[in-house]
Amino acid sequence: MRQSHLAVLNFMPAIEITNLRKQYNGLVAVDSLNLKINEGEIFGLLGPNGAGKTTTLMMLTTLIKPTSGTAAINGFDIVKNPSEVRKSIGMVFQDPSSDEILTGYENLKLHGMLYGMDGKLREKRIEEILKLVNLEDRKNDFVKKYSGGMRRRLELGRGLIHHPKILFLDEPTLGLDPQARENIWQYVEKLTKEEKITIIITTHYMEEAEKLCDRLAIIDKGKIVALGSPKELKEVIGGDIVTLKIRNPNINGLENLNFIKKIEIKGDILSLVVMNANINLPRILKIAGEVESVEVKSGTLEEVFLKYTGREIKENASGGRWSEKVIQYKSKK
Amino acid sequence: MIELMGIYALWYREFKVFLRERSRVVASIINPVLWLLIFGGGLGANVAIKGVNYQAFIYPGILAQAVLFSSVFFGVYIVWDKKIDFLKEVLIAPVSRTSIFIGKVIGGTTDSLLQASILLLIGLLLSQGFIPGLHLTIYSSLLALAVLFITTIGFVSLGLILGSQMESMEGFQMIISFLVFPLFFLSGALFPIDNLPSWLTPFTFLNPLTYTVDALRNVILGISQFGLLYDIGMISVFSFIAILIGTYAFEKMKV
Ligand SMILES: Nc1ncnc2c1ncn2[C@@H]1O[C@H](COP(=O)(O)OP(=O)(O)O)[C@@H](O)[C@H]1O
Ligand SMILES: [Mg+2]
Repeated sequence: MRQSHLAVLNFMPAIEITNLRKQYNGLVAVDSLNLKINEGEIFGLLGPNGAGKTTTLMMLTTLIKPTSGTAAINGFDIVKNPSEVRKSIGMVFQDPSSDEILTGYENLKLHGMLYGMDGKLREKRIEEILKLVNLEDRKNDFVKKYSGGMRRRLELGRGLIHHPKILFLDEPTLGLDPQARENIWQYVEKLTKEEKITIIITTHYMEEAEKLCDRLAIIDKGKIVALGSPKELKEVIGGDIVTLKIRNPNINGLENLNFIKKIEIKGDILSLVVMNANINLPRILKIAGEVESVEVKSGTLEEVFLKYTGREIKENASGGRWSEKVIQYKSKK
Repeated sequence: MIELMGIYALWYREFKVFLRERSRVVASIINPVLWLLIFGGGLGANVAIKGVNYQAFIYPGILAQAVLFSSVFFGVYIVWDKKIDFLKEVLIAPVSRTSIFIGKVIGGTTDSLLQASILLLIGLLLSQGFIPGLHLTIYSSLLALAVLFITTIGFVSLGLILGSQMESMEGFQMIISFLVFPLFFLSGALFPIDNLPSWLTPFTFLNPLTYTVDALRNVILGISQFGLLYDIGMISVFSFIAILIGTYAFEKMKV
């Protein structure tokens, strides 16, 4: 289906997931997922390590079979028609998947051949992609000489060679330093503009989800616990969170302030949900009581996650795994 | 069409890897040469088997050994593609798993045959009077290569079958100890199989490498136990079955 028909046919989502489920022995990795993802959006699956993000992508990309349920990708069923699905998608895996002993260019060529692209078309596209991910002058270097960020960029570019309509990115910045991470974000934003594709990205970095995604599903223990744009999700919290360590709190006084949405007290810790805390904080402090310390957190996805799961997402839980694997692989030789 | 290009793509990768992993290739050449010169030379000084100088007698066996090792190892190394996500990158492409298997087999076969060719060149050199009784010619080298071609297809497939079922290199040592070395020692590569205790006889007859060694000895030295046709028949049956099981194993392979 071409872009121009979009207006007429936009009832067909890029991805439609129906009761998708994956069970490993006793463990339910993905639990009856239902989700529609529209064409052209950057959609995020945000969740902690072990939430079932990778398993979901592996099913959507036909690498593993669902235990039950299914999904339609560009209108093709992942169970009944996997080969059509494969032709129309690209994937950047969580772990490094480029071949170190080949050059950047050779990795791209190999990929193009695996997708049946013939010589001329392929060469032209490789040039385009190298330009897009800014690796033109390093294309003949062996991938083992690339930095983690360059390698990620190469894999990002590789996923696009065959003009997929949907690109899946599994934790594309895992294990990268902050600068390389921002660099990857720029490329993702750039390519959504230049290649006009739908992107599904998984991450456990709040910042990444917030910065890149049009919509997000927060996923925990294989289930979607919240769905919406980052803005909508944050609105659920309804404001900023002010935590006070306090003696003799003046609860009645605080209840009369209409910009305070919620009050919770636990021992000498008072938690408030406050609209525009940066403006209203002085008025709170004036009447609250004997305040010993104050902490203000602007409503972040972190809070949203905490609200829905009762836990904090642990950013470092799986950090470094990507680079560890690279090292393991290197030491083999 | 896409299947053919996919097969070519996999071969292209394996060939590049082969050209670049020089140390591996050098090791795989040096080892057989050491066997031949040191083991064969040390033992051979006072042994002749079936009227042939011992070094000349084991030359075909050493060729078979080299191809056995490089083929099986090549296959098992697919575990490394699994360890990083490279294998997923290949499996997610719109190429059938059968083609992926075939591409891998052709890649491994190329690898092994290139190594065998180097050993044959060394053999041609050693035939210039360095090893008495070894009279390798270009013609017999080509025949030997043909025998090794059928053999390597089977052993690469066998390696791939094992590798496709493994999740780490943990089992690798087991494969060497319980599969590769027994195949080698029970093939008659180093001594005639009738010297073995009789309870081992069934194993030697079930061992495909036995027929490779016999066929090589036939084309290189002109001595044979089973006859060329029988040897080639047995090797072909083995390779055919290995391909069938390999295709099935790839179809069922978990990522
Ligand atoms: N092949 C497998 N066998 C058994 N359990 C698995 C397998 N793959 C994943 N799991 C389990 O499924 C759950 C979800 O894993 P995963 O999808 O990798 O999570 P995420 O990508 O969100 O970190 C985890 O508990 C993980 O241990
Ligand atoms: Mg994951």
